Amino acid sequence: MSHAVVQLPPEQIAPLARLYDEAVAARRRHTYIVAAVILVGIVLSCWGGEVRPAVFAANAHRLGLYFWNILPVLRWETLGADLAEWYWNLDGWLKLLFETVVIAYLGTVFGAIGAFCLCFLASANMMRNTLVRVSARRLLEFLRTVPEIVFALLFVVAFGLGAMPGVLALAIHTMGALGKLFAEVVENIDMKPVDGATAAGASWTQTVRFAVLPQVLSNFASYGLLRFEINVREAAIMGFVGAGGIGQDLVEAIRKFYYSDVSAILLLIIATVMIIDMVTERIRHALIGMDQSR
Amino acid sequence: MLEIEGLTCRFGDKLAVSNVDLQIGHGAFVGVIGRSGAGKSTLLRMVNRLQEPSSGRIRFEGNDVTALRGRNLRLWRAQAAMIFQQFNLVGRLDVLTNVLMGRLSTMPSWRAFTKVWSLEDKALALSALDQFDIAQLASQRADSLSGGQQQRVAIARALVQEPGLILADEPIASLDPRNTKIVMDALLRINKHFGITVLCNLHSLDLARSYCDRLVGMAGGQVVFDGAPEALTDDVARDLYGLEAGDVMEVSEARKRPALSALPLGATA
Repeated sequence: MSHAVVQLPPEQIAPLARLYDEAVAARRRHTYIVAAVILVGIVLSCWGGEVRPAVFAANAHRLGLYFWNILPVLRWETLGADLAEWYWNLDGWLKLLFETVVIAYLGTVFGAIGAFCLCFLASANMMRNTLVRVSARRLLEFLRTVPEIVFALLFVVAFGLGAMPGVLALAIHTMGALGKLFAEVVENIDMKPVDGATAAGASWTQTVRFAVLPQVLSNFASYGLLRFEINVREAAIMGFVGAGGIGQDLVEAIRKFYYSDVSAILLLIIATVMIIDMVTERIRHALIGMDQSR
Repeated sequence: MLEIEGLTCRFGDKLAVSNVDLQIGHGAFVGVIGRSGAGKSTLLRMVNRLQEPSSGRIRFEGNDVTALRGRNLRLWRAQAAMIFQQFNLVGRLDVLTNVLMGRLSTMPSWRAFTKVWSLEDKALALSALDQFDIAQLASQRADSLSGGQQQRVAIARALVQEPGLILADEPIASLDPRNTKIVMDALLRINKHFGITVLCNLHSLDLARSYCDRLVGMAGGQVVFDGAPEALTDDVARDLYGLEAGDVMEVSEARKRPALSALPLGATA
């Protein structure tokens, strides 16, 4: 059949094929078991959490209806006036959007600073002291497992309404999330330069400064920018609990059925997030390019 | 017969391969030699169409393969089997699956996605592995094998593609001397036994001299030497590698002896 392989006679193939089939059958069984477990998990979760696909199917059209309802009335003859009416509060909303981006920016920067300080203590290769490492890791875990919105609620109670509690809430969650990513970056570094610096008599902080930092900085920056993108989205809902930004107007419009306001604000948020995503992506690619050209 | 006309590849403003003309007869064992960055890899990758040529023409058995697309392109790639320096196996898949990837271009996609291989394909893949004495490793993960074993798996994958041409890109550069001999002997056996044309990039002049029946020397993306291994004098080699006279003398003196002893082995394999 082939002109490149000498075919073995069937009686020689059979034992080889049987050996292979037995080994593969064991692996396939594992795959089937995993698939079955996932399937059972889906069924049990839907049943236990009362997530009923039937409810979704019966009411799916209402979702479309809502989006239809929030569309503004735009007529060609009076387009300018209709648009002006739709975006009647553009100045106020832009101010709130700006506040949202500022909250995201401050939350990201402060969170990243905290994450930077903690990540070296939490990485297994740089911190030999188990007690310090484990405490740093648990702290990071605690910071990121509590959702931002919960922290924001607590801080609004403590500090009152406004952007401050939003920044704090984002910073704390960012510190936990980025700290874990940063620590993983540090754990993946090449240890040879670290040995080189340590062998030359450098202290722990000097080793981090000269042997670790050059290897991880561009990755840190990239993760930081990614977190900023996420935080802009998070900051947009901080206002739901009174922690500043565009969210307070959005939730009010939804609750009070100001239909066209909902669509106006949603479009503004989507546009902002898209612009920020594009800009940060560009910066991240430039960073990667810079790293490689060096 | 493989005919290459005016083949050029440009990366930005850098010419990787510049206006290469080659005619390679059926059943030849051609070594492509030259320094790193001379364009050897790019040349081979363009023949497989893994790298798109900037200009020029590639013909195989009279058919133009430069502009193939879709299914015809995939069939051509299977026919011009590549063997890589780093083996390019999927480490997490088992050995037989890696070899059977050489059959993907000919099987219906439902077979490929469910991994229900046909009995003929399986028998072919096991035979190919047995040819290199590693059929008993069929169910092991590819990354659990040694480098020499992995390269033999890669060659088995190339063979089940039923190629008309084998493109070997530095196939032995990551291997120890013993595995180097096993892999080069395997390529020679395929070439002599099945009459498959082999185009092989090599760093080592001695291996090139002892295994190939024609050498193509490249420098700066251009073909600067094309002839029998005997015609590759030390002067030519010096130009090719840009070495000082003393360097090449030392190198060739030190390496001549193992090369000569390898010659009869290559010839009898």
